[in-house]
Amino acid sequence: MPDSIEIPPVVVTATVNGERVSRAVEPRMNLVDFLREELELTGSHVGCEHGVCGACTVRVDGTIVRGCLMLAVQADGAEVLTIEGLSESGEIADLQENFKTRNAAQCGFCTPGMLMTAAELLAENPGAGRTEIREHISGNFCRCTGYQAIVDAIEETGKNRGEK
Amino acid sequence: MKPAPFNYAKPSSVDEAIALLGGDATLLAGGQSLVATLNMRLSAPELLVDINGIEELSGISVDGGTVRIGALTRHRELERSEVIAAQAPLIAEAVPLIAHPAIRNRGTIGGSIAFADPAAELPACLLALDGTVEIAGSGGRRKVSAGEFFRGVYDTALEDGEMITAIEVPAAAGNQRFAVEEVARRHGDYGMAGVMASVTLNGATVEAARLVYLAAGGTPMLAEGAGAALAGNAIDEASIGAAQSALKDDLDPFDDMNSTAATKLHLARVMTERALKRIAGA
Repeated sequence: MPDSIEIPPVVVTATVNGERVSRAVEPRMNLVDFLREELELTGSHVGCEHGVCGACTVRVDGTIVRGCLMLAVQADGAEVLTIEGLSESGEIADLQENFKTRNAAQCGFCTPGMLMTAAELLAENPGAGRTEIREHISGNFCRCTGYQAIVDAIEETGKNRGEK
Repeated sequence: MKPAPFNYAKPSSVDEAIALLGGDATLLAGGQSLVATLNMRLSAPELLVDINGIEELSGISVDGGTVRIGALTRHRELERSEVIAAQAPLIAEAVPLIAHPAIRNRGTIGGSIAFADPAAELPACLLALDGTVEIAGSGGRRKVSAGEFFRGVYDTALEDGEMITAIEVPAAAGNQRFAVEEVARRHGDYGMAGVMASVTLNGATVEAARLVYLAAGGTPMLAEGAGAALAGNAIDEASIGAAQSALKDDLDPFDDMNSTAATKLHLARVMTERALKRIAGA
């Protein structure tokens, strides 16, 4: 179908990082593009744009999703949390510190998605071992670190949380 | 923007959804395959019918000996369901192999069955369990057995204007054993080979075996020859070897970018041995 057809915009109202927002968008707009372009929340990255790389991972109604495999209109009425909101909440301050200490971010492109994904595992199962960690982040590509430092940082965070 | 323009509708009932399906409309369930194809413009419908607001499509229930899974049930719900763990352990074992957590949080069983990727886990599970697909259309509802549902690569018994409303599988019986074995290049990738095994035992003797293979043909492939080779025998080196030999005629794998048909057949045999040995040892 040609790009020229007229599609009326649809109003999306969602709570993003605790703030109620409302925008009229085309139905074909992906959630991650909505966050980046309409709300200027550019912490969620756009990599492969077909669900493979995990750079666009965000939290919708409490669970992580691919921001490129969900439409903005589908987030109508939802609670969306991006890396900006997750950072501000302090929920992963320990994980972020370990990412820094262990040099788990190099170019940083995958880091927001890695943190969103690791946060879900750490919340559910802080005692996860390295195999479980690797399985959990298997959908998040990192092209710099070789993953070792990322797994180290997640493992360390889980261990520290378990001791508390 | 990546996808071609489309209109969007979000019905709240199955009847409403069916009414919208005339014309060039596509159903949006979990969207984990569909939205990727929209982004790449491999698919460009005029209307997207989002069924995520239809409550009756969600949930898992058991009625007598049947486990009913609503079409919109997410992979993550299957993974965490005590009912699935107890009554459909084959599905419980297979689901963690599907993609990655962020995708399992959205992807649905109805979407996976309707998409009918021959390398996917849930279509193979459904066939191994000899389950049925409940389909709604303008003429009402009908049920189709898994064996009749899958027709070819991405091709099913779904007619235009129809949608899946639920999947039903028989609850596991005490004398049934299940095993999933799969090999993928990376955790969560589509399997290069894999078997979903459902074996009914009478003591140590196999009464019936349904071995279904993924990535081994145009549909999930039920290995009838391997099942026949096992029936009436104990699971031992001889019967495993006979089942493995039968796979040459049962399966029809094709070359792809990861491996040749010969490699896939070899891997299917290795997966068969692992699954059967695990079942025999349980």
